[in-house]
Amino acid sequence: MAIAIVLVVLILGTVLFHFLSPWWFTPIASNWTSIDDTIGLTFWVTGFVFVAVNLFMAYCVLRYRHRKESRAHYEPEDKKLEWWLIGLTTLGIVAMLAPGLVVWANFIRVPENAAVFEVIGQQWHWSYRFPGKDGVMGTVNSRLISDANPFGMNPADPNGLDDVLISSQEVHLPIGKPVKVLLRSKDVLHNFTVPQFRVKMDMVPGMVPYIWFTPTRTGKFDILCNELCGIAHFAMRGKVVVEEEVAFQAWLSGYPTFAQASAQVAGDAAAGKSLYAVCGACHGAQGEGNAALNAPKLSGQGDWYLKLQLKYYKQGIRGTHDKDVFGKMMAPMVATLVNDAAMDNVVAYIKTLPDNPAPATVQKSTSDGQKRYVTTCGICHGSNGQGIQAMNAPRLAGMSDWYLVTQLKNFKQGVRGAHPDDQYGDQMRLMAATLADDQVTNDLVAYINTLR
Amino acid sequence: MSYVAHDASDYAPPAEVGEMELYHPKTFIGKYIWSQDAKVIAIQYSITAIGIGLVALVLSWLMRLQLGFPNSFSFIDPSNYLQMVTMHGMIMVIFLLTALFLGGFGNYLIPLMVGARDMVFPYVNMLSYWVYLFSVLLLIASFFVPGGPTGAGWTLYPPQAILPGTPGATWGIILMLVALAVFIVGFTMGGLNYIVTVLQARTRGMTLMRMPLTVWGIFIASILAMLAFPALFVSAIMMILDYTLGTSFFMPGIVSMGQQLDYGGGSPVLFQHLFWFFGHPEVYIVALPAFGIVSDLISVNARRHIFGYRMMVWAIVAIGGLSFVVWAHHMYVSGMNPYFGFFFAITTLIIAVPTALKVYNWVLTLWRGNIRLNVPMLFAIGFIFTFIHGGLTGIFLGNVSVSVPLSDTMFVVAHFHMVMAVAPIMVVMGAIYHWYPKMTGRMLNDSLGKFHFWVTFLGSYAIYLPMHYIGFLGVPRRYYAMGNTYFVPESVQSLNAAITIAALIVGVVQLVFLYNLVWSYFKGKPSGSNPWEATTLEWQTADTPPKHGNFGKELPVVYRWAYDYSVPGADKDFIPQNVPPGPTTAGLEPTQS
Repeated sequence: MAIAIVLVVLILGTVLFHFLSPWWFTPIASNWTSIDDTIGLTFWVTGFVFVAVNLFMAYCVLRYRHRKESRAHYEPEDKKLEWWLIGLTTLGIVAMLAPGLVVWANFIRVPENAAVFEVIGQQWHWSYRFPGKDGVMGTVNSRLISDANPFGMNPADPNGLDDVLISSQEVHLPIGKPVKVLLRSKDVLHNFTVPQFRVKMDMVPGMVPYIWFTPTRTGKFDILCNELCGIAHFAMRGKVVVEEEVAFQAWLSGYPTFAQASAQVAGDAAAGKSLYAVCGACHGAQGEGNAALNAPKLSGQGDWYLKLQLKYYKQGIRGTHDKDVFGKMMAPMVATLVNDAAMDNVVAYIKTLPDNPAPATVQKSTSDGQKRYVTTCGICHGSNGQGIQAMNAPRLAGMSDWYLVTQLKNFKQGVRGAHPDDQYGDQMRLMAATLADDQVTNDLVAYINTLR
Repeated sequence: MSYVAHDASDYAPPAEVGEMELYHPKTFIGKYIWSQDAKVIAIQYSITAIGIGLVALVLSWLMRLQLGFPNSFSFIDPSNYLQMVTMHGMIMVIFLLTALFLGGFGNYLIPLMVGARDMVFPYVNMLSYWVYLFSVLLLIASFFVPGGPTGAGWTLYPPQAILPGTPGATWGIILMLVALAVFIVGFTMGGLNYIVTVLQARTRGMTLMRMPLTVWGIFIASILAMLAFPALFVSAIMMILDYTLGTSFFMPGIVSMGQQLDYGGGSPVLFQHLFWFFGHPEVYIVALPAFGIVSDLISVNARRHIFGYRMMVWAIVAIGGLSFVVWAHHMYVSGMNPYFGFFFAITTLIIAVPTALKVYNWVLTLWRGNIRLNVPMLFAIGFIFTFIHGGLTGIFLGNVSVSVPLSDTMFVVAHFHMVMAVAPIMVVMGAIYHWYPKMTGRMLNDSLGKFHFWVTFLGSYAIYLPMHYIGFLGVPRRYYAMGNTYFVPESVQSLNAAITIAALIVGVVQLVFLYNLVWSYFKGKPSGSNPWEATTLEWQTADTPPKHGNFGKELPVVYRWAYDYSVPGADKDFIPQNVPPGPTTAGLEPTQS
C-alpha cells in the first residue's frame, strides 16, 4: 500500500523536479542546437516510458496486493503481448537513434570553409596555435618540445614560420565562423570542453582528434578539462572569448609568430644593471630581498617567471587588488621599465646576481608539511622546489619564506590571481584553497625551507 | 496464447552424472576455514566482499564531504581525493559486486537450485576464494605503501596512470594491477566451476529451460566473465610492462613535466579498447545475476509465475551476447575514429530492447498477481524503479550525439550509480533478506528491514536524481572542487551539500542492516525450511541450513519448472519443483499440446 503511494509520489516528484529544476543546460553558444534537440526528443520518449511503466507498476502493486482468498492469474506467457511490446520499444528506439545518427554524421563532417586552430593540452595548462597568414599549420613533433620550443614546432617547415603561438590559457574566436579544432596533448589524456559549445573531445598524446563548431554568441566562457589528467585535473582551466572578427584579429596580432618567437634576443645584463637600481632599493643590491620592506628575494628565481610578473604588474593584472597593499607599490616601479626589452634586460641582470638561500623565518608548529608538499605542490614546483618552467611553476626553495606565506594567503583570499587576465591565478587560487588554515600553510612553507 | 512445456507431464531424463563423492570435513578448520563446501565458500566470499565494500562506502563519504563542503576538511587534498575516487570505484565494481554476485550468490545458489551436492570442482572452488582474499589484501596493502593507492580513476587510463602527476604512480598502481590480475586468476577458477556445474551437475529432470532465472543470470554472467576478464588481465600485464620494463604498449612519445620520456609509438586508446572490452560486459556480469535473482524474488512474492519465462531466458542470453559489441560507447569522445560512433550507437540501443522486455515482464508478473509486500519484495520493487530510471538515462549516453555534452559530467556518475550501484544493491539486499533464512534458519527482523529499505530506497533516489541535473549543467566528474566559473550557479553548492547529507544518512543506515544480520543470527524468529512458500529446490532441503551435500541421502528429482505458483485447481498456491504430478497438483494445469 505505502509503496504504491510512494511510487506515485516519486514519479510525480521526478517530473516536477525536472520542470522546476533551476539546474539545466547552459544557454547554447554554438551551432549545435541539433544536439539539444535530440536531447529534448530523448527526454520526451524516455520520460513517457518512465511515467507509464512506473505508474503501471504502482497500479499493479495496489490492485493486486495480497489477499488470503485470492489467487494470482496463471498465464505463463502471452507471445502476442510480448511481441507488441518489443515492436513498440523498437519503434521508440529507432525514433531516438535515427536523428542521433544524422547529427553524428554532421559532427564528423567538417564544413569546407572551417578555419583551423589547435588546442594543446599539458598537465595542467592550455595553449593554442593558429595557422597564420598562409592558413596552413606547420608540422610539429613531440620530440622537439623543450622550454625554448614549447609547441614542438618543426623549424625546417616553412608553413610553421607564420603560425601564431598563444602561450596563454585564454583563446579568442571570431563569432559566426565555423572552426575545426585540432586537439593535441603533450603528456596524458585531456579533454577540451566548453559546456556552452556542447561538443567535446579527448586530447590524446600521439594522435590529433578534432571537433568543429561555429560560435554563435559573444562572451567569455570557461574551458574545462573533462578527462582525468592527474592531481590538478580540476584546476586545468582555460577561457575562450567569442568576439567580432575585428576584435579577434586585433587580439591575434598581439601574439608572436613562430618566426618572431624564435628570433627573440636574450636580454642584456649590462644594460639591465642601471635599470635594476630602482629594484635594488627594496629588493636589495644582490636581489636578496628585504623582509622589513616586504620585498621578496629575486635572485635565483626563473627569468621567465620574473618577466611574466613584471608584465602583470605593468598591465594591472597583478597589484591592483584593494587589499594588495605591497603589490600596489610595484606599479610605479615597473613604469620605469619602458618596454619589453627593458624588462628582458633587468631580468637578465637579476640572473647574474649571487643566489644565496633566504633566511628561514617561518617555524613549523605541529604537523609536518612534507606530505602536503609532495602530493600537491611538488608535482608542479618540483620535488626540490626548484621550479619547472614547463609547468609554469616558479622556484620556491631558498626563496623568501614569509613571502610564500603571504602569497598563499593572497591566492586563497583572491587578493592575488583573481584578475580575469591572470592566466595562472585560477590554478593557484584553487590550490591555495585546499590549505585549510594558517597552521597548515606555515607547516607547508616550513617544509619548503628544508628543500635545497 | 500458447502454453509452455513446463507442466508435470514433461519427461524427466536420467541423471547424466552419478552421485558425487564428497569429502566431508572432520575438523572445525576443514568445515569453516579450508572448506570445500560451496555454501561456506559463498559465505566467506560474501563476508569478505561486504567487508571491503564497507571500506569503499567510507571512501564515498569522504568524497561526498569534499564535494558537499569543499575545503572544510584539511585531511582531504586533491591528491587523496583522487585516490578515494579510484579505490571506491574499483572496490565497488570488482571486489564487492562481482565477487558478491558470483562468488557469494553463485556459490550458494547454483548447487542448491540445480539440485547438485556441491560445485563440480570443490577444491578449485576453495582455492578461488583464497586467491580472491589474497587479491583483496594486495589491494588494501596499497593504502599503506609510500605514495598510497593509485589515483588514476577506476579506469586506470594510461599514460597518466603510470606518470608522476597522478597519485600512487610509484607503488599504488602496481599493486592495483597485480591485485586485479590475481583477482582474475581466482575468479577464473570460480567461474569455470559455476559454468561446468550448471552444465553438468543438474539433477534429474532439471532441464535448462526449467532452471530458475537466478541460475540463468549467474550462469550467463559467468560465461561473460570468462570471456571479458582476460582483456583486463592482458591490459594489466601490458601496463605493468610499460611501467617496469619501459615497453610502449600504451605510451606514445610524451613530454612529462618538461622532461622527454623514452616511450614512443604506443596508443593510449588501445588500452581503452581493452579496458572497455572487459568493462562493458562487466556491467552485465553484475546486472545479469541481479536480473535473475530479482525475477525470482518478484515471482515468489507475487505468487505468480514469472511472465514470459522463455523470453526472459533469451533476453539474458541476448543481452550477454550483445554486451560484447557495445564497448566503445564508453569512448565516444576518446578520440577514436569517429565513424565507430555509428556502429556502437546502433548496437548499444539494440541492447535496450531485450532489457526493456525484461522490465515489462517483471511488471507483468506483478499484474494479476497476489502480491506480498514483504522486505525482499519491497527491495525488488525498488530495483525495478531505480533500474528503469538508470536504464533510461543510459539511452542518453548510448546515443552517440546525445551523449557528447553529457560525457565525463556528473550525469554519467548519476547514471551509472543508479543503474549499476543502487539497482543491483537493491537486489543484493532483497536477496539477503530472502535467503538469509536458508543460510541461518532464522528470519531477519522485519521492522528493521522495512526501515532499512525505506531509507535506502528514498535516500539513494535523493542522492542520484539531482546529480543528473548538475551534469546537465556541465559540471565534470572527478573534480576536487569547482572554484569560480562563469556557468555554475551558487545553488549547485547547496544542492551538493544536500546530496552529501543524503549520502551520509544512507550510508549509516547500512549499519542498521549489519546489526540486523548479527542480531537475527542469534535472536531471529526461526524460519522453518520454506518460509516464503517457494518452489525452487533450495527451499526443499531436508535440513535448514542445508548440511554438506545439500540434500541428504537422495537428490531431488525435478518434475516441473520453477514457477508453478497459483496453478489453477492445485491445493496450495505453489508446487515445488520436486513434487511429482498427481491429483492434488495437476488440477486444471494446462498440458502441452
